[in-house]
Amino acid sequence: MGIRFVLLVNKQGQTRLAQYYEYLTLDERRALEGEIVRKCLARTEHQCSFVEHRNYKVVYRRYASLFFLVGVDNDENELAILEFIHLLVETMDRHFGNVCELDIMFHLEKAHFMLEEMVMNGCIVETNKQNILAPIQLMDKAS
Amino acid sequence: MGSQGGWGQSKEFLDLVKSIGEARSKAEEDRIVLSEIETLKRRIADPDVPRRRMKEYIIRLVYVEMLGHDASFGYIHAVKMTHDDSLALKRTGYLAVTLFLNEDHDLIILIVNTIQKDLRSDNYLVVCAALTACCRLINEETIPAVLPQVVELLGHPKEAVRKKAVMALHRFYQRAPGSVSHLLSNFRKRLCDSDPGVMGATLCPLFDLITVDRSPYKDLVMSFVSILKQVAEKRLPKSYEYHQTPAPFIQIKLLKILALLGNGDKQASEQMYTILGDIFRKGESTSNIGNAILYQCICCVSSICPNTKLLEVAAETTSKFLKSDNHNLRYMGIDALGRLIKINPEIAEEHQLAVIDCLEDPDDTLKRKTFELLYKMTKSTNVEVIVDRMIEYMININDHHYKTEIASRCVELAEQYAPSNHWFIQTMNKVFEHAGDLVNVRVAHNLMRLIAEGFGDEDEGADSQLRSSAVDSYLRILGEPKLPSVFLQVICWVLGEYGTMDGKYSASYIIGRLCDVAEAHATDDTVKAYATTAIMKIFSFEIAAGKKLEMLPECQSLIDELSASHSTDLQQRAYELQALLGLDAHVVESVMPLDASCEDIEVDRSLSFLGSFVQQSLEKGARPYIPDNERSGMSHISNFRSQDPHEVSSHGLRFEAYELPKLALPSNTPISLVPPTDLVPVSEPTYARDIQPPPKVATSSDALSADIGVKLRLEGVQKKWGKPTYSSPAASSSSSTSQKTVNGVTHLDGVGTASAQTRDNLYDSRRQHVEVSAEKQKLAASLFGASSSKNEKKASSHKSIKGSTGNVEKSTTVVKTVASSESSKQGTSAPPPPDLLDLGEPAPESKPSIDPFQQLEGLLGPTPVQTTPESSVVAGPKAPDLMALYGDIPITNPSGSSTNPMVTNLYAANKNSQGATNVSTLKKGPNPQDSLEKDAIARQVGVTPSGKNPNLFRDLFG
Repeated sequence: MGIRFVLLVNKQGQTRLAQYYEYLTLDERRALEGEIVRKCLARTEHQCSFVEHRNYKVVYRRYASLFFLVGVDNDENELAILEFIHLLVETMDRHFGNVCELDIMFHLEKAHFMLEEMVMNGCIVETNKQNILAPIQLMDKAS
Repeated sequence: MGSQGGWGQSKEFLDLVKSIGEARSKAEEDRIVLSEIETLKRRIADPDVPRRRMKEYIIRLVYVEMLGHDASFGYIHAVKMTHDDSLALKRTGYLAVTLFLNEDHDLIILIVNTIQKDLRSDNYLVVCAALTACCRLINEETIPAVLPQVVELLGHPKEAVRKKAVMALHRFYQRAPGSVSHLLSNFRKRLCDSDPGVMGATLCPLFDLITVDRSPYKDLVMSFVSILKQVAEKRLPKSYEYHQTPAPFIQIKLLKILALLGNGDKQASEQMYTILGDIFRKGESTSNIGNAILYQCICCVSSICPNTKLLEVAAETTSKFLKSDNHNLRYMGIDALGRLIKINPEIAEEHQLAVIDCLEDPDDTLKRKTFELLYKMTKSTNVEVIVDRMIEYMININDHHYKTEIASRCVELAEQYAPSNHWFIQTMNKVFEHAGDLVNVRVAHNLMRLIAEGFGDEDEGADSQLRSSAVDSYLRILGEPKLPSVFLQVICWVLGEYGTMDGKYSASYIIGRLCDVAEAHATDDTVKAYATTAIMKIFSFEIAAGKKLEMLPECQSLIDELSASHSTDLQQRAYELQALLGLDAHVVESVMPLDASCEDIEVDRSLSFLGSFVQQSLEKGARPYIPDNERSGMSHISNFRSQDPHEVSSHGLRFEAYELPKLALPSNTPISLVPPTDLVPVSEPTYARDIQPPPKVATSSDALSADIGVKLRLEGVQKKWGKPTYSSPAASSSSSTSQKTVNGVTHLDGVGTASAQTRDNLYDSRRQHVEVSAEKQKLAASLFGASSSKNEKKASSHKSIKGSTGNVEKSTTVVKTVASSESSKQGTSAPPPPDLLDLGEPAPESKPSIDPFQQLEGLLGPTPVQTTPESSVVAGPKAPDLMALYGDIPITNPSGSSTNPMVTNLYAANKNSQGATNVSTLKKGPNPQDSLEKDAIARQVGVTPSGKNPNLFRDLFG
């Protein structure tokens, strides 16, 4: 299936966005987020951007105070996922202009919409920023 | 744009976000969320909440769940919101529902209707929202309710809709492959969609399908290759590029697919060699994304039938990864090396020091990956070093999941490659000692069997030596606290069987130790049972040998305790032990023979030794024995015989439920049809059922006509996004590869000695500056084998390779030349192999005279000169949306190029990580103004950056 979840977590370990591509109960999510965030936050800048956790591999990248974590299957190309994260941030940046944590918090649904365009069924389906943002911009205009 | 577009949210919402953002601890956050839940419960139940306000409440609910609290009280309102007419509200509703509910939730039923309605909407954005929801909310039972509409949307004029319809179908396939099995040909059709986005999305379902069974998709190899070629040649619109790399994610997906299709298929693999070589050549190893593609290429090359030339390039790339300072690249390098050594184990030698560096790196991820590699390259010469390292690492980690994995790997390697039994036992001891509870019980049994059976050859001396060394080590280990139960069982068993065998230890000493074990593990019945039986064995060996053995007081108290145990098993063992003590030597010897654990126990099933007794009784007039199953209902004997044992036992108590009355059977089929209609109030499901057969027929006939189409169409798919000059270069390049491969093969003869040496030299010279500690080199030598012994092996193996490749070389060159001449012929007459084209949708093409690919070529081609006239003529009437989409490429281009450098800068900053903050001041051209504006708005709203958490305002890229 490829991508199993996308998580945005800040330095304090507070969740800022969570999208799962397989169903987990609320308790399972809480536990998973706690464990993974603890693991990733403990790592230094010089270490790999990949962490194995249970049967996931977590690819993460830090932007200012925000960590972007993507959980993938074992046979996923980690470097590509790392760049996928960057693409997501670039896309957000294009939409919000100098995107910051607060932008995502105030426009949680839009951040989700972008992700919805980019990832479906755990697969990366769209990486063209124009295509990703077009429906969101149209929606903004309409409302 | 979004944030400037107005923070149209209420003060309440802004305050909520602000307080969450500034929360200092999880406890504070929980307090905020809990009070928010109370507020929402009150507000949301209000009958006349304005719709816009409701949207905000729903998002607040999303927050509640995201932060780990239950928001189920509001689910129904999210469901209701999906009915809303406004797109923004509807989409928010769908989003919330997909975040809250899984597809089997009861409320989903209420949404299916809405989805059906939205799929029919005139507004394509509504259709898209509904299709996205389909991917998350439709389960196996409700698939038929939406399936016909989704299939219809595959032909929608909007590419965004087609793309999402493909993904919805993909989802249905994931959920219930059977439900869409007749629709799979649609994926092939969409592969040649005019929109690259749709094509890219279609690769996802195709990848899944090919993973399951690749044989039906072999005919697509050429199509995938030509798509990959076009993408790599930058024929897609510029907006698909990521940091100047053309559609990297599509390339990676294609490479994954090719790896599957070429695996074990020489013909398919040969079709890929050229393009893989091209991608390696174009590969840009300075950026992450370039390396991601290169890595995927290595994976592909190591999966398909080997090609010497490509393997060489792959090995070179891998060594670049391994020598990098970047940890991520080294990680990928280790992984790539693990793939390559499967084909050519010698590649690893060149990188021994790099591998050892990774093994000793403090980064746990890298270390684990390296262990994975070592596991793959273990052989009998290096097993000791590798397993020792693994155990050492295993002892130091406390992640259960991984500990289990590495323990089982140690066991596996030890079982497979153990150089000596002594080493094996020592290794297993360590594994059991440190991870005994995590390994499979089977492993313990194997160990016992090995000790009992010995080497298997007739060398009894070695066997007994092995056993006494095991006994020695176990008596020593018993001193350790907290041994795992499985390990204790093994120890007890071995001590019982062999504890007194070599006369080194007295029987009373061993018994004493065993009593200690039983006493120390009072709660573990299994260990106690093993210990008791072991004590029994020691006693009987002593008695049989005619020695008198005093009963130790602690042993007596153990027996007393166990005879009163709650466990009947322990009781029985205790009584057996006591009974045994009273028997004479001869009987004891036959009951408990010495070292007989490997002897087969013969069971006399017919109990023939009772024959005479039975005979006597019969003579005295006793009734003959009637087998259990024949005892009652004698008249039905014949029936019983024919029935299965399950039925036979039916005379006892039956615990399973009674069968349903048989009457129900005939009505069964209609019943199975009913549930769908129950689920969906509308009569759609039956409609779906009725309609399903016809599409089947239609698709098959489609395929048929498409097959015919192969011969008719002369244009290659390669023209789709590019210039028409594609086919001739293909021919020439393929002929050139044939040459190259010939070169590669001839080259191979010398490779073993000369080039390997030079490579070594090079590597050594490079390494000279870096002082390599003697210890490391020693480790390397032990891991990768001494070079002298290796050389011999290499030479001999090389000879055999030479011989065989000689033949292969000839045959391949012949084939190659034939192929190249064929392809060059193809090049001139230009009928491409069967590909995308054969599935080109005939329906939408009302004007057959216009080739859709030519349009595209005009639209998407990189030559702007052609673009304008052609597209305005052709695409005007037919594909206005396409025009619109690609029309703004030139407009967005400048902005794209202006942002790109910034992005790359940032990226570099990100890579340097530490320096990121410093760079931020440099890179901000127009940005400060933006952030000022944002700050101003924030102040208006009441969220001040000087608040508790200034991070909230930090530019993510800063």
